[in-house]
Amino acid sequence: MPENTFLGPSLALSAILFSLGVAGVLLRRNAIVLFMCVELMLNAVNLAFIALAQFHGAGGQIMVLFVMTVAAAEAAVGLAIILAIFRHTQSVDLQNINLLRG
Amino acid sequence: MAAFVFYLFAAAAVLGAAMCVLQRNPVASAMWLMSTMFSLAAIFILLGAELIGILQVLVYVGAILVVFLFVIMLLNVARTSSDLRGPASLGATVVVAGLLVVELAALWQYTPRRLAADIAQAPAFADPARVFAAGAAARQATAAQGVVGALAAPLFQTYLVPFEVTSVLLLAAIIGAVVLAKRNI
Repeated sequence: MPENTFLGPSLALSAILFSLGVAGVLLRRNAIVLFMCVELMLNAVNLAFIALAQFHGAGGQIMVLFVMTVAAAEAAVGLAIILAIFRHTQSVDLQNINLLRG
Repeated sequence: MAAFVFYLFAAAAVLGAAMCVLQRNPVASAMWLMSTMFSLAAIFILLGAELIGILQVLVYVGAILVVFLFVIMLLNVARTSSDLRGPASLGATVVVAGLLVVELAALWQYTPRRLAADIAQAPAFADPARVFAAGAAARQATAAQGVVGALAAPLFQTYLVPFEVTSVLLLAAIIGAVVLAKRNI
C-alpha cells in the first residue's frame, strides 16, 4: 500500500468537479460551452476511476481509456451536430433551437 | 510534499472548472477547461496512473479541446452577450449542484482502511493490504512490466472484447461526423 493514496480527497475533488459540470450544463445556453461542461463531468468521473484503481487493479485505468474514447467520439459527433445546427439557425444558443418543441 | 502538490493541483482544477462555467467568452472557457485538464493529468500521475496522465494531455488537451477551439473559431461565436439562463434555472442549478456537492463531499472521509472495511463487510480493522490484493498485484505488475506493459496486458487479454467494440464505436462516430458535416443536412 503506498503511504499516501489521497483516496478521500480525490473522490471529493471528483465530486466537486462533477457538480461544477452539472452547474455549467444547467446554467449555460451556449451549446459549445455545454459540451465542454460534459467533458468536465467525464473528467471528474475519470478521476474517481483512477483514485479507486489504486486498490482494484488496472481495470479502473482501462475503463478511463474507454471513457476517453467515448468522449472523443462524443465530441466529434456533437460538434458536427452543432455545425449543422449553426448552418440552420446562425446561432449556437440553445434558446433558438426549439424545432422539436410541440 | 506529495500532499502539497496534490492540493495545489486540486485547487487549480477547481478554479479552472469554475471559471470554465462562468466565463462568457467560449474561447476563455476552453482555456480554463484546458488548465483543469492539465491539473487533472498531474493528479493522475500523482495517483500512480502515469500512462493515463500522459494520455489525458495527448487526447483531451491535444485533440478534443483543439477540436472545440476549432469549432468555436470556425463559427466565430466568441463575441456574444451573456448566455446565462434566467433566475429559475439559476435556482435549479444552485439546488441541484449544491445537493450533489453536499452528498458527494462526504466521500472526503473515505480512507483505504474504511473502503476495505466496507468491501470486506468487516468491522473497522480490516487490513487494506489484504483486501485489495488486485491493487497490490497491479503495483507488482507495474514494477515488473513497466507502466505501459502493466496496462496493455489486461487491455488485450481481459478487456479484449470491449476494446474491439471501441473500434466499432469510433468507426460509427467517424461516419456520423462526416454525414452530419455534409452541406445538405
